[in-house]
Amino acid sequence: MGRSKVDLAIFVGKRVVWFVPVLFGLITITFFAGHASVRNPCAVWVGPHASPDTVRNCIEYFGVNRPVWDQYTGYLSNLFQGNWGKDPQGGQPVLPIILTLFPATIELLLAALFLMVVLGIPLGVIAANAGGRWPDHLVRLFYLGGWATPAYLGAVVLAIGLGPVLGLPNSGDFSSTPDPGWQLTHMSILDSILRLDTGALVDAIAHLILPAASLALLNLGIATRMTRSSMLEVLPLDYVKTARMKGLSDFWVLYKHALRNSLISTVTVLGTTAGSLLSWIVVVEEIFLWPGIGKYAFDSILSYNFAGTLGVVVFFAIVVVVANLVSDVLYGVLDPRVEWR
Amino acid sequence: MGETVQPSWLSGSRTRLWSAARAARGLYRVLRANPLTFVGFLMVAFIAILAFLIVAVPFVTGLFGPPVSILPHDPNELLPCAIPTECATSPSAQYWFGTDNVGRDMFSRVLAALPLDLAIGFGVAGFALLVGTGLGLVAGFWDTPGTLGGALSIAIMRITDMFLAFPSLVLALAIAASLGRGTGPALIAIMITWWPFYVRLVRGEVLAVKHLPYVAAARAAGVSGIQILFRHVFRNILEPLVVYYTMDVGTVIVTFSTISFIGIGVPPTVPEWGGMVEAYEKLLLTAPWTVLAPGAAIFLTVLAFSLLGDGLRDILDPRSRRALVQTTTAPGLASKGAAEA
Repeated sequence: MGRSKVDLAIFVGKRVVWFVPVLFGLITITFFAGHASVRNPCAVWVGPHASPDTVRNCIEYFGVNRPVWDQYTGYLSNLFQGNWGKDPQGGQPVLPIILTLFPATIELLLAALFLMVVLGIPLGVIAANAGGRWPDHLVRLFYLGGWATPAYLGAVVLAIGLGPVLGLPNSGDFSSTPDPGWQLTHMSILDSILRLDTGALVDAIAHLILPAASLALLNLGIATRMTRSSMLEVLPLDYVKTARMKGLSDFWVLYKHALRNSLISTVTVLGTTAGSLLSWIVVVEEIFLWPGIGKYAFDSILSYNFAGTLGVVVFFAIVVVVANLVSDVLYGVLDPRVEWR
Repeated sequence: MGETVQPSWLSGSRTRLWSAARAARGLYRVLRANPLTFVGFLMVAFIAILAFLIVAVPFVTGLFGPPVSILPHDPNELLPCAIPTECATSPSAQYWFGTDNVGRDMFSRVLAALPLDLAIGFGVAGFALLVGTGLGLVAGFWDTPGTLGGALSIAIMRITDMFLAFPSLVLALAIAASLGRGTGPALIAIMITWWPFYVRLVRGEVLAVKHLPYVAAARAAGVSGIQILFRHVFRNILEPLVVYYTMDVGTVIVTFSTISFIGIGVPPTVPEWGGMVEAYEKLLLTAPWTVLAPGAAIFLTVLAFSLLGDGLRDILDPRSRRALVQTTTAPGLASKGAAEA
């Protein structure tokens, strides 16, 4: 319990060790929920018109006729050797698929978080400054409205209704598909910048705006609420009053003096938000046909693709734990009063 | 804050009356300070009464003769029209929300879905409230290391952490899809994933309250552990719990309708808001009322609960209450020491 590097290392180490049983439990629940109810997934995978031979081959190949317990232990031991099972459609290994799709999801997540910060924090400052008067109510109505809009509804309205009006493309199929050799990072914006291709950059941003906006608008409240309540704590403090008395402008007082001290909690909450955004990203990516891990999760869940579903569960759990850990560490770094424990 | 609370073994009927009057005055002050909360309260009341009438009127009239519904049409009745798949008519005096592509009255369909969605919201959140509060009280109150309670507490928290380390919608989707599709599996899936939020909330509040002087006083006076837990600790964590539950009803409705939207929730014949948005998604440009009517219904319902809950949270959180109302209204608030992230 202190702030030395050793304390930090112990803190991180504890969290990593705790993560093992967590992951184990998640795999167990997902595995048995799937395998207990669907006796013969091969019948689903190969389709109703497949020949008995095809079904037999499928059963042979994926080993789904073995006892569930054998399959479970087999899956676990393979998992720790880096073999995350095979996708029944095409029989490709799951881990490379997930790793290829992940950058696109990260890109969407970061864009959504960016919009949440750029729009949400100023709204929170406005609301706190107006505390209890009509701008406060208006901001509250706005972010609660976003919260009350289910992700699928917002995404459908943006994708089908607003997209054509604004002339924005509403699918993840990029009009200028680049040479695969040039997809260095699998993030469309970063790739187009690395290629110095302005056309592709504009195209990438146009594709990103609506999905990111629908994720951000619906979750704006998290940033706004946090900023507002921590600003309300800071605004009555003496140093803010002093700044006002010195005759500084409202903008200077709010954004340079007060906001700085209230940002710590907002920044860290955004870290944990990234984890909960993963829930909505599944829906949003499917509606916008964004070629990311959320769409893969959606398709895997619906097509009884157990290896894919389990792979996504394991991967999402890792992402959430890392995001939470990063935001906890960030909080400690930003706030010198925090002790690692 | 805890010092202002009288130990409950002292409280007579006079004290109880006094605190009820004080709470009512506090409520009035709060509603005056925040009109949006009041609007949310009215909306929730209206929605609840409407849902009750939709279910109760046919039931009661059915006892005396043919059941009378307050819906203008049967939600699955096909109204007369020329071409069977192009029957969508825009809203009119006869069909308030228009009709869908096969000629069903949208107004009746949207209203028919209200009791189901609302019951699921209250029910699932209520289940989570009961289970989560029970486990949270145990985990927070008997957490002395080395005792049986301590071991139990650790076990509860590990399992809770496991669920919290994962985007709940994705887990609910995976469970619902593999349990088979339908209303029941969707409900079970949400119930399995929902209670951990309450455990975390309740445990945090218990930890914040149980070392306050009035609890120590009760202990010193010889009150038993169980009595302290229910009379002294539980009563003082009720307020944040009520707030969270209010907001949560809306969140459950969103989650349930998302599962239906994805197509693994209610069967297509049962009117459900999320299922309707999915079914009419393609009509958004040609017959927008088919999407916007169920969309508006879910939006307004969730908004009502959010307005009420968010307002209550502001009121019950001592810090923002002080900043907003500048008077103390509600007695005995637990200090919000528990981090909300």
